[in-house]
This record gives sequence, C-alpha cells and structure tokens, in this order.
Amino acid sequence: MTNSFSIYGEQITSRLLIGSALYPSPAIMADSIKASGAQVVTVSLRRQQSAAAGDDFWQLIKDTGLKILPNTAGCHSVKEAVTLAQMCREVFATDWIKLELIGDEYNLQPDPFALLEATKILMDDGFKVLPYCTDDLVLCQRLADVGCEVLMPWGAPIGTGKGLLNQYNLKTIRERLPELTLIVDAGLGLPSHACQALELGYDAVLLNSAIAGAGCPVTMSHAFKAAVDAGRFAYKAKAMPEKDVAAPSTPTMGMPFWHQT
Amino acid sequence: MNITINGQPFETKNQTTLAKVLIDFGAKEPFAVALNSDFIPRKNCDAIVVTQGDRVELLSPIQGG
Repeated sequence: MTNSFSIYGEQITSRLLIGSALYPSPAIMADSIKASGAQVVTVSLRRQQSAAAGDDFWQLIKDTGLKILPNTAGCHSVKEAVTLAQMCREVFATDWIKLELIGDEYNLQPDPFALLEATKILMDDGFKVLPYCTDDLVLCQRLADVGCEVLMPWGAPIGTGKGLLNQYNLKTIRERLPELTLIVDAGLGLPSHACQALELGYDAVLLNSAIAGAGCPVTMSHAFKAAVDAGRFAYKAKAMPEKDVAAPSTPTMGMPFWHQT
Repeated sequence: MNITINGQPFETKNQTTLAKVLIDFGAKEPFAVALNSDFIPRKNCDAIVVTQGDRVELLSPIQGG
C-alpha cells in the first residue's frame, strides 16, 4: 500500500500537517510537532515587534527540519493576500503558500470569490497554492481549473473543534476530484474527526487548535498521528456496506434449542 | 520627513533609501518588506528612495495555523 501523497510533486508520508500557534510554551510546541510525526508545519508573518522573541520561534521551527508552509492568515482582500504571499516566499524561501482569505469575521469563512481571484494571480506568479476553502464543489472545481493540485476545504470554522460538519459535501468533492490532493483544514477537535476525514479518502488533515488547545498537547499529538493512520488504513481497506437491517454475525446453522419455547 | 514603519511614526532624512531606513530602524533578520502595500524584494531596497508619508511594513516569522 502506497503511504504517501503529493503536494505539487513532493511526496509526503505523514498525513498530518501541523500548525505552530497557540501552544502553552515553545517547548511544548516543539515536542508536539515532533510527536505528530508531521513533515509539514505552518507558519506566518507579522509586524516585527520583539526581534528576540521572533528569533527564538523561528530557530525552533528551523530546528525541526520540516517543510515550511506559510499562510496568509488574517487577510481580507486579494491585494493583502497576494502581497503577504510574496513576502512569505522571500522570507521562507518556498513557493508553497496556504492561501487564507477571510470573507466573514463571525465564522472566519473564506471568501470564495476573492480566493479564486488571488489563487489565479499567485499561480500565474509561480506559486504553488494550497487554498483554504469552503466545502463547495463548484468552488473546488474552479480552483482546480486555475491549476491547483492541492485543495484544503474546511471541516468546520477555524478553531471550533466541531469536526466534519458536512460529510456529504466533503465526500462529493473527493468523488468529483479524484486526481487532486485533498486536505481537510480547520475545524477538527478530536482524533476521530481526523480519522473520518481520512476514511472519506482525504489525503491528509491540517490542524492546530485541536492539538495546541488540548490539556496535554503532546499526548494529543500522538493521538492524531494514530488517527490519521487508522483512517487511511480504513479507506484503503474499503468499509463494509451500511445496512438498515440487522444481520447476525454468529452462524445460526446448528443453533441448539432453535426456536424452542 | 515623516514615514510610518509598522504603523508607527518614523522620522528620516530626505533622499533616504528604503535599505537605509531599515538599517536605521534596526530591522532584524529574517524579514520581508512592503512599501505602501506593495511587496519590495530585498534586492530592490537599495534603489528605492522613500518619500513623505510612505508606509513601510516590516514582517518577520511568527506562529501560524
């Protein structure tokens, strides 16, 4: 069984991509990332405030040796997102960009129209865009049309921990776009949510709050690692068909006292 | 002449390049720069002279999800 998936041609074996924010301490962040087995870690850019603090964080991330996936978190316009992506490319020396373009402050829902526009601009500029998008099939198709090889539909709004709110939509996207790498990004709270995403045939999950916000992030990191492996095995094994009527698993042939009263 | 860096007022002399402004401000590596909302590659900072009211954004790595 092949145990890798592709991010723009790069083979990745860990099906858990991890964020670097919200941990109780830098040491717990480093330990949680290590425990996750992730090969890809997300980072961002913000105004330079305390140079020393930033140096410490960046050194810890560099020490992990993982692939860096910068994001455009917090951007609300195409211009902001494109500029921030260009700045990320220079600082992190990667053409990968997790494109976040928020359309609504209440649920931090991606703006599908601006996202598509920004994706096209960045793809034309040589970026390898990993768009964080809603679970809308037509949006995903349009993003694929402009060259995206990886899509990252949400499971639920960022930081809610609600899990996969619309499995039908996610399943339909998987079925309709079988050639694309699909990663559920955001909204997961439990390892079982990650397992479900992999059971649906998603290639990976990207999460942060579910680990960083756990009582023991390092232990939860282990749990998510096991969950994505379980989900992937289950997907490859092909689940039994669901039925509405009960069927005994123990043979009825040779049953003693059969229907005696 | 007054410009802003990361939203804060910053005073500099006329005919100062963006590269010199960043040195005077004390920018620490690693960072990337935008001028008036446009990305400026680091290699171009020597060739750009800032003007009154310019807005400089100086960004560095931080945690992200």
